[in-house]
This record gives sequence, structure tokens and C-alpha cells, in this order.
Amino acid sequence: MRHGSGHRKLNRTAEHRRAMFANMACSLIEHEQIKTTLPKAKELRPYVEKLITLAKRGDLHARRLVASKLQQDAAVKKLFDTLGERYKDRQGGYARVLKAGFRYGDMAPMAIIELVDRDVDAKGAADHARVAAEEAAAAEE
Amino acid sequence: MAVPQNRKTRSKRGMRRSHDALKAVASNECPNCGELKLPHHVCGACGHYRDREVVAAVTDVDLDEDAA
Repeated sequence: MRHGSGHRKLNRTAEHRRAMFANMACSLIEHEQIKTTLPKAKELRPYVEKLITLAKRGDLHARRLVASKLQQDAAVKKLFDTLGERYKDRQGGYARVLKAGFRYGDMAPMAIIELVDRDVDAKGAADHARVAAEEAAAAEE
Repeated sequence: MAVPQNRKTRSKRGMRRSHDALKAVASNECPNCGELKLPHHVCGACGHYRDREVVAAVTDVDLDEDAA
């Protein structure tokens, strides 16, 4: 019987999976769009949507539940400050998975997972800021 | 060890292989750039999906930069 086995194991142990989804959720929350394999994207979507549902609640208990899942305080902060507010009027379906071809090297099916109504500038914002700062520092010299 | 007693004829070999043909991959034209793309996939050439979403705007990456 295949009762109670509704999720993919992704060739990982339980703690490896938990760590991976925590990392991927933080990346998705920071960049609002990430590229990964299709099975990972399909597993990540409900994981992140449940976090956003908690963020919409906005109370301290919800915040602690989310913080227990994620490793980065910045991601928790963004969830509760911006994403909870953004999806106030949306009844679920906060993330979208798009197929994106097959990876060179192992032909793994790839996908792009993004938040619906995403902020286009959020992707790589930290890197862009760092490069701009480096260039400004180089220009001063 | 058991081994085949007789060689199969080229007719039998051909009959066995009659179902081995590969099928061509389905493809659509991208409504944005006109390149061929896989159905239900983001366009690999322009990064559009269903003629509106820019999923991955390709900007030219200069690999000669020392930052790369």
C-alpha cells in the first residue's frame, strides 16, 4: 500500500530534505523567482504557499512557526512585512511553476518557480547592490 | 549456459525493430519571437511564456570582465 506517501523523497534523507526546502524557500522569498529542477519546484510550491498563508496571519505565533522552518531571519521579515501584505486578497496560489527545458549534462527537466505578482527587481538585488558599491569604490580610487 | 540455437533472420530482426522508431519532439512557435519552442515550456530563446511574461530577460553577459 502506498498510503501516506504523497511527497517525493528526492533521493535525500528527511533532514537533508528539510534543510534543502528551507534553503530553497529562503531563496525564493529573497529573489521571488528561482530556477531548479521540475520535481523540486513542484514540491517547493506548496511548501512556500503554506509559509505565505502563515505570513498573512501575521501574529507572533505564526511568525515563530515560520521562523522554525526557515533559517534566515531576513526571509521571515520579508514574508511578514511585504509578502503577507501583497497576498492579502489572494486566496492561495501564490507561486507559479513554469517548465524551462532540460538541463545540459543530465537532461533533468528544469523549471522556473516564481511568486505571482512578483517584484521583478528583487531577483539578484543584493548582488546588483554589491557590484554597484564595488564600482563606486573603484571609481573613487 | 543456454544459448540461442539458431540465428534470427533479417526479416525477424526487422519485425522486432518495427516498434523501435523514435518520434519527433513536438514543437510550437513562440508567439513572441517566432522561434520553435517546446509546448508548455518557457521559450528558450526570448524567455517569454504565453506572450506576456518575461521570465528570464537575457542581457548580454560580458565574460571578459574581470569580475566574471
